[in-house]
Amino acid sequence: MSLPASAAPHSEAALLHTAGLTRHFRLGGLLSRRMLHAVDDLDLTIHEREIVALVGESGSGKTTVARLLAMIYPPTRGAIFYRGRSVHKLRSRKDVLWYRGEVPMVFQDPYSAMNPVFRVSHGVMRNLKLHRPELDRAQRHEEAERVFDIVGLNPAGDMLRKFPYEMSGGQRQRVGFAQALAVQPKLILADEPVSMLDVSIRAGILNMMASLRAEEGASILYITHDIASARYVADRIIVMYAGHAVEQGPTDVVLSRPKHPYTQLLLSAVPDPREKAVPVSADSGEPPRVIDPGEGCRFRQRCPYAIDKCAKITPALRPMGPAHDAACHVAAAEPLDADGKPAATTVAGSPPAP
Amino acid sequence: MQAILRNRKATAGGLILLLIVFVAAFPGLVGRDDPQAAIYGQDLGPSWQHLLGTTQLGQDVFSQLIWGTRLTLIVTVVVSAIATVISMVIGVTAAYVGGLTDRSLSLLTDIFLILPTLPLLIVLASYLPPGTVTLIVVLTFTSWAFQARQLRSQGLSLRARDFLAAARVRGERTSYIILVEIIPTMTSLIVASFLGLSVFVVGFAAGLQFLGLGNSTEITWGTMLYYAQQGGALEAGNALWALAPGAAVALLGAGFALVNYAFDEIGNPALRPVRKRRARTTA
Amino acid sequence: MPEPLLEVDNLSVSYLTDTADIGAVDRVSLTVHAGEFLGIVGESGCGKSTLLFAIAQLLTPPAEITSGRVVFKGQDLVQLTDGELRHVRWRDYSVVMQSAMNALNPMKSIAAQFKDTMRAHKRMSADAIRTRSTEVLHLVGIDAAHLDSYPHQLSGGMRQRAMIAMALLFTPQLVIMDEPTSALDVVAQRSLMTQIKELQQQFGFAVIFVTHDMSVVAHYSDRVMVMYAGQVAEIGATNSIFERPLHPYSKGLLDAFPSVHGPRRALTGIPGSPPDLGRPPSGCRFHPRCSEAMAQCTTSEPDLYTVGETEVRCLLYAERLPDAV
Repeated sequence: MSLPASAAPHSEAALLHTAGLTRHFRLGGLLSRRMLHAVDDLDLTIHEREIVALVGESGSGKTTVARLLAMIYPPTRGAIFYRGRSVHKLRSRKDVLWYRGEVPMVFQDPYSAMNPVFRVSHGVMRNLKLHRPELDRAQRHEEAERVFDIVGLNPAGDMLRKFPYEMSGGQRQRVGFAQALAVQPKLILADEPVSMLDVSIRAGILNMMASLRAEEGASILYITHDIASARYVADRIIVMYAGHAVEQGPTDVVLSRPKHPYTQLLLSAVPDPREKAVPVSADSGEPPRVIDPGEGCRFRQRCPYAIDKCAKITPALRPMGPAHDAACHVAAAEPLDADGKPAATTVAGSPPAP
Repeated sequence: MQAILRNRKATAGGLILLLIVFVAAFPGLVGRDDPQAAIYGQDLGPSWQHLLGTTQLGQDVFSQLIWGTRLTLIVTVVVSAIATVISMVIGVTAAYVGGLTDRSLSLLTDIFLILPTLPLLIVLASYLPPGTVTLIVVLTFTSWAFQARQLRSQGLSLRARDFLAAARVRGERTSYIILVEIIPTMTSLIVASFLGLSVFVVGFAAGLQFLGLGNSTEITWGTMLYYAQQGGALEAGNALWALAPGAAVALLGAGFALVNYAFDEIGNPALRPVRKRRARTTA
Repeated sequence: MPEPLLEVDNLSVSYLTDTADIGAVDRVSLTVHAGEFLGIVGESGCGKSTLLFAIAQLLTPPAEITSGRVVFKGQDLVQLTDGELRHVRWRDYSVVMQSAMNALNPMKSIAAQFKDTMRAHKRMSADAIRTRSTEVLHLVGIDAAHLDSYPHQLSGGMRQRAMIAMALLFTPQLVIMDEPTSALDVVAQRSLMTQIKELQQQFGFAVIFVTHDMSVVAHYSDRVMVMYAGQVAEIGATNSIFERPLHPYSKGLLDAFPSVHGPRRALTGIPGSPPDLGRPPSGCRFHPRCSEAMAQCTTSEPDLYTVGETEVRCLLYAERLPDAV
């Protein structure tokens, strides 16, 4: 069993990118002025054949990002571009169907994501009918069997006829991916697809996601709070905190040389049974609810390195290394060696571990 | 099926309804006399020839009860069915579409809910031409609101279910989502609504007819009550003439109610009566 | 070796329904000594929550203890009446539920719920109640100002801490916890676990911690019990189980965790899914999913075999294999 292979570095234009993506929710009644800042000023890029992990705890805004990209609700401000076109401006049914036919979504809860009244083939068939009208009935059935095979639901013919209650959580999640594959997607939005599954089942789904990138050429935006699984499948990681992207870059780089104090905190807190001891921290893990925040870094109350500037100016993402950015006033960029590659330093250039 | 047979409420309620439907379908098998024929002795007590006695005009009460079943049942079922459909469409649309639509539809529902039913029924029935159709229209008009709120609540709780968001992200139209994704998942609730509403409609229909607002030329249990009242049944000592249709109305209502409870219990095991605990075994 | 605080002896629990009897817990035995931290680990459907409820005497119909004893401080809890149980409950042992939102009354303030709990188990004056409530909140790091808050006003992490505070009201000797961290994020989770461990060291109570996530207990528990399909698959010292897992299921579970800090390896997980407890597989319940299954595994049910300090239910460790059928 081979490791999920990393994708080749990209220079092509982005498949999807956002510019200043923002979403606020009004709290209280119609007349209330309090706004919850779920996502603020997010610039996110996804290339072809790439798995990008969007990592954050609850309240970080990652689920809101998924729903914005899935056009479940519109952004408060900012833009989403898919293959050069403005997604948030799409209005006609034809355009909307086009986007939905290329960017499907897989949901977190396998027990709530399928209509219990219909067989599991329902979603796949509807997707085929809506997005691949060139197929006739027999071809649709063939396609349904093909995608069920790809996700490992065999024998496909029998599986298609089952009802959701006859399937386990892991099998249902595979159906979710099969539905997404039915449209021949370019980008799959996967909202915490393994969080509600038992640990021993997750590996299978994660491996399947990696093979989808390799075999079907789909990109995946993998939204999760579990850094370990992000490390396993993702080419790039974007770490979110309180509605902002605080660090992004290639997975190995971000996880071995994290620059943002929040990323460092997250990494230290992940329990790894093979490690000998757990690093202790005074941080009690209280994520903020971002209501009407002012300027300034939203992590500053929990940050061991906060300086005066952190309360006054919101840090923007700035380069820390090749393709590696972090939004922190205190973090210092990697010193580069003669070849322009990050020098093999351990302590110098990054804030000491908490 | 097994569940239905094991559940006492379902069996009892089911039997009652089955009996009443049978009588409605084949009245001739059960009551042989012509219900309208006023040829018998007046205000007779119960006997073998007249199981429930006769009316003031000499009609056989038992026959009337039997032959009146069909129309009573038809009115009840039609009103309940139409009212349930209306309340379902309004409730679910309000829940799913939300926003202004929700507020307007909810306001509409609330208005209909607070209108005093009986006076409204009376007013409407007295302005419209008398007849069965009027009865049906008036009853539907005043009873759809009961269930709309409940169906809206259910619709709201469904809204959080991911399969609706999934349908949206697939690109389904709103009308498709409401008709194909939401309503079929609510069938048990809709059936329960229908049954629950029937219990009330039986009573309301009888009540309206008792007040003379139905079609008095037709024989139903409600019109029997009307005539019994007009004909001074109680004063004449012929209580059975008034009691019989009243008891029949109560029986039909009970039948619907029992099946409704049983429906809930079968669908939701948590509601089932707790089995007696077996004696604890020791190590 | 002093007397164990809790001794569960051959406990079996079944769900008695109209149609069938489903064995959720099958002859489970375990002991917990004073001050010990025992982690019970297993996936959904393995029976760990049912076991926990059975130990705490919280089962409701149709679940019932069908055999076995739960001996706590010398008394078999299964035989006690409700009245007798009330003396023991919360004073000598208490329970922390999985989801605070399910266990806490959303309509009552924290103070009111603490008061209800205390009044239910002991006569106390209003002052004494208030004082004690403040004390336990401090123990878990919550400001006493939150006594008058409602559950929805507290964050997820704080609610869980309030639950733990409630469990400590009478400083019991045993605290049973059902997945208290499953709804929390990693940082909150670590903070809560550290807190639990500190309190344990301070007050010396024993802990039974049920979870589906092995990694959570890896650094805190003294002993770990792995459950599968209602049975004990393996039980032993935490270090042994994590460094040298014996049962193929334990090995599979450990291998299923992607590592953050170590080298990247291919993950395989465990194929298949847990069995239907209404019709468990013949012989060893794990054999359909086991990569090391032998012919005898299909027909013979393994006992718990002792290997050093660990007990494991697997024919690989039987002294003498039963004859293949």
